[in-house]
Amino acid sequence: MSKTSLQQYLSEHPFFRGLRPKDLAWLAELAEPLALEVGDYLYREGDQSKDFYLVQEGLVRLEIHTPGRGALVIQTLGPGEVLGWSVMLPETRKTFDAHIFQAARLLAFDAAAVRQRSEEDHHFGYELCKRFSRVIGGRLQATRLRLLDLYGQPH
Amino acid sequence: MVNPISSIPRPDPMLPRPFRVARAIRETADVVTLELEAQEGPPLAFLPGQFTMLYVFGVGEVPISISGDPHKPERLVHTIRRVGPVTEALCQLRKGDVVGVRGPFGSAWPMEQARGGDLVVVAGGIGLPPLRPAIYHLLRHRRDYGRVYLLYGARTPADLLFPQELQRWQYTLSHAPGASPVRVTVDRAEGAWNGSVGLVTELIPYLHLDPAHTTALMVGPEVMMRFTLAELRKRGVPEENLYLSMERNMKCAVGFCGHCQLGPHFVCKDGPVFAFPQVRDWIVRKEV
Amino acid sequence: MSKGQFVLERSGLEQLLQALKAEGYQTLGPTMREGAIVYDELQRLEDLPIGYTDHQEGGTYRLRRRSDEALFGYNVGPHSWKRFLHPPLLRLFRSHRENGKLEFESEDEPIPKYAFFGVRACELAAIQIQDRVFLGGPYQDPHYQARREQVFIVAINCTQAGNTCFCTSVNSGPKAQTGFDLALTEVLEGDRHYFVGEVGSEAGARLLDRVAHRPAEGSEWSQAEALVAQAARQMGRQLDTEGLKEMLYQNLEHPRWEEVAARCLSCGNCTQVCPTCFCTSVEDHTDLAGQMAERTRRWDSCFTADFSYLHGGSVRVSTRARYRQWLTHKLATWQDQFGSLGCVGCGRCITWCPVGIDLTEEVAAMRSAPSEQPWSVPPAGGAHV
Repeated sequence: MSKTSLQQYLSEHPFFRGLRPKDLAWLAELAEPLALEVGDYLYREGDQSKDFYLVQEGLVRLEIHTPGRGALVIQTLGPGEVLGWSVMLPETRKTFDAHIFQAARLLAFDAAAVRQRSEEDHHFGYELCKRFSRVIGGRLQATRLRLLDLYGQPH
Repeated sequence: MVNPISSIPRPDPMLPRPFRVARAIRETADVVTLELEAQEGPPLAFLPGQFTMLYVFGVGEVPISISGDPHKPERLVHTIRRVGPVTEALCQLRKGDVVGVRGPFGSAWPMEQARGGDLVVVAGGIGLPPLRPAIYHLLRHRRDYGRVYLLYGARTPADLLFPQELQRWQYTLSHAPGASPVRVTVDRAEGAWNGSVGLVTELIPYLHLDPAHTTALMVGPEVMMRFTLAELRKRGVPEENLYLSMERNMKCAVGFCGHCQLGPHFVCKDGPVFAFPQVRDWIVRKEV
Repeated sequence: MSKGQFVLERSGLEQLLQALKAEGYQTLGPTMREGAIVYDELQRLEDLPIGYTDHQEGGTYRLRRRSDEALFGYNVGPHSWKRFLHPPLLRLFRSHRENGKLEFESEDEPIPKYAFFGVRACELAAIQIQDRVFLGGPYQDPHYQARREQVFIVAINCTQAGNTCFCTSVNSGPKAQTGFDLALTEVLEGDRHYFVGEVGSEAGARLLDRVAHRPAEGSEWSQAEALVAQAARQMGRQLDTEGLKEMLYQNLEHPRWEEVAARCLSCGNCTQVCPTCFCTSVEDHTDLAGQMAERTRRWDSCFTADFSYLHGGSVRVSTRARYRQWLTHKLATWQDQFGSLGCVGCGRCITWCPVGIDLTEEVAAMRSAPSEQPWSVPPAGGAHV
């Protein structure tokens, strides 16, 4: 995809929609397309936040390993989803492995660059924080609902 | 002089018809599908979304959605989850056992109104069986509809219902090559599960839809339906195009016992399928 | 159908009662039992609570001697006619299992042929309301229908109203307008004791022909009208029905519900005595050999803890929710369901409530201090990209 059409693509995406054209252009320029095979790891538990990602195709599985039970699946993320909200918090390290289990195409956005631009341009930083808050809020809400075990036996 | 009437005229809506179990399929640890045939008389014609009252001799009666193909009414199919004494008894029936059937009752999925647009079917847990007749209808009239999605959330992979049909529907419900109309997700993965893990509502934001011309049908626990409604409304699907199937205590299924009331609605005869605007102001209230 | 106005002397009324019995009607009417006026079989006029009246208030019912020998000088007691048209206990069907086959038979006991002798206007209204419930929808209740079709109704216009009466507020009395075969007003004037009547149907006209009667004089008719008008002025309670449905819909979270719930025992008396409450439940039994089963239907009450049970628990757990359900059904959602109020202003729920909860008072309290709760509440659901 050319950088112009990439900017168009981002402007229509629910996460990036509403950002200023110059910010979209900057992000389009920054974006690195990635193609990964089944079995590849996007990042592993303990890694520093290098990038945040937009999944275009395929499925990413967030896992955590525990002795005796192998990889436990936390969540899967598919096309359209944004992965790596912790990019805004440089001190955090990844708590889960991001494991590709259906061949994936993603766009990677360099964390350091995003943080630096956010520090220099607070408007951009605020807009990104709002969007990441929504992602986190949605994950939290979904997680809480899963904890309720609504499909489980009533008593 | 009035002659005394000495018998109740037929049809008596409280009188069951005997149906024989032609087949009992164990779907999961606590779910069984029963295929029934009328002991005598015509098969029961029904519309997708309707339910019957199933009576186990001497035990009791429960409302169960019909989960079979409306075009093949000779086999009356119900998928039942074991949650109490009557459903427990139903789940233990074998081929040749006889049950009582009353019905069909209730409102149907809006298959006519949904024509010409996109369709999103959202099923949570045991919510898939009441939607299966709608899916059979879609398959028979595929060209009447645009993009069709089936979003199905279950507790764990072991709780998934109709896995072979889900795989077939991936192709038969498709509107174009490569489309994946069936999106299955589980709350908790176990074993060698290769599919999505997450809440079914999380699948909604990324569907390719024309929201203004989309109809949604949903069945699941009420909490799950409230959040599904919220996500679809955020996508811009008009409220009057959102349909849900409600559940309440039922003793008669014909609007006389009073148990199934949800505000002004009798779930048995005004529902169980409701358009969202009908129930919007009631389902958010506690203890109504 | 001619609505002729006639007069019956007291002896003519006795003839009327006997004529009904001669026609094969099981004739039911008010009679005294255990300190209350209930509806049971009448053999003769003397079985009526002659010379008695009822003193009613919230949580109070007492019979008192009158100073005259009026046959109908009281209002309504704990019974309503619904116990005959919509029986408290009824077998619905029997089924038996034999040779791998299941057979079902509807209950086929002979349907009683009733004559209701002494039906108040509010009770007529209640019967018409239950007609809409059981016969007016997509399904008809054949048990109600079979009994209802045969009923002969002799209505009595009230000439006095009780402390808990408010039929005028809901347009259901004190005069019987329609739905009766014969309607009578009792007049005691000096040493005269007579009944001014109206024919309401062919069957009524035919029965009247079998008893001694004559056309009413203008003065007798006016006297009867005056007595009924007097009753209309004596109503002990009042219910403002203006915008009642909307008011209740807008006050579903009013603090008054909490307050009434603190008093309500959720005993369900109100639902048992109410002439329009219709909720039922079913029970399935087998015999010991497991070859014969039956289902019975019995009255139920929305006040019971498991009325709204839905795998895991009840939807309406608190007394607050259950009282709210009863009241909003009776006065609000009933209108959306059946096109009329569910309440006929008979006051039984007030009289028979052990703690004297008065729905007219509850409604007035909410009207006078409406809460700010909006009718339309935004649905749940949080932020999600």
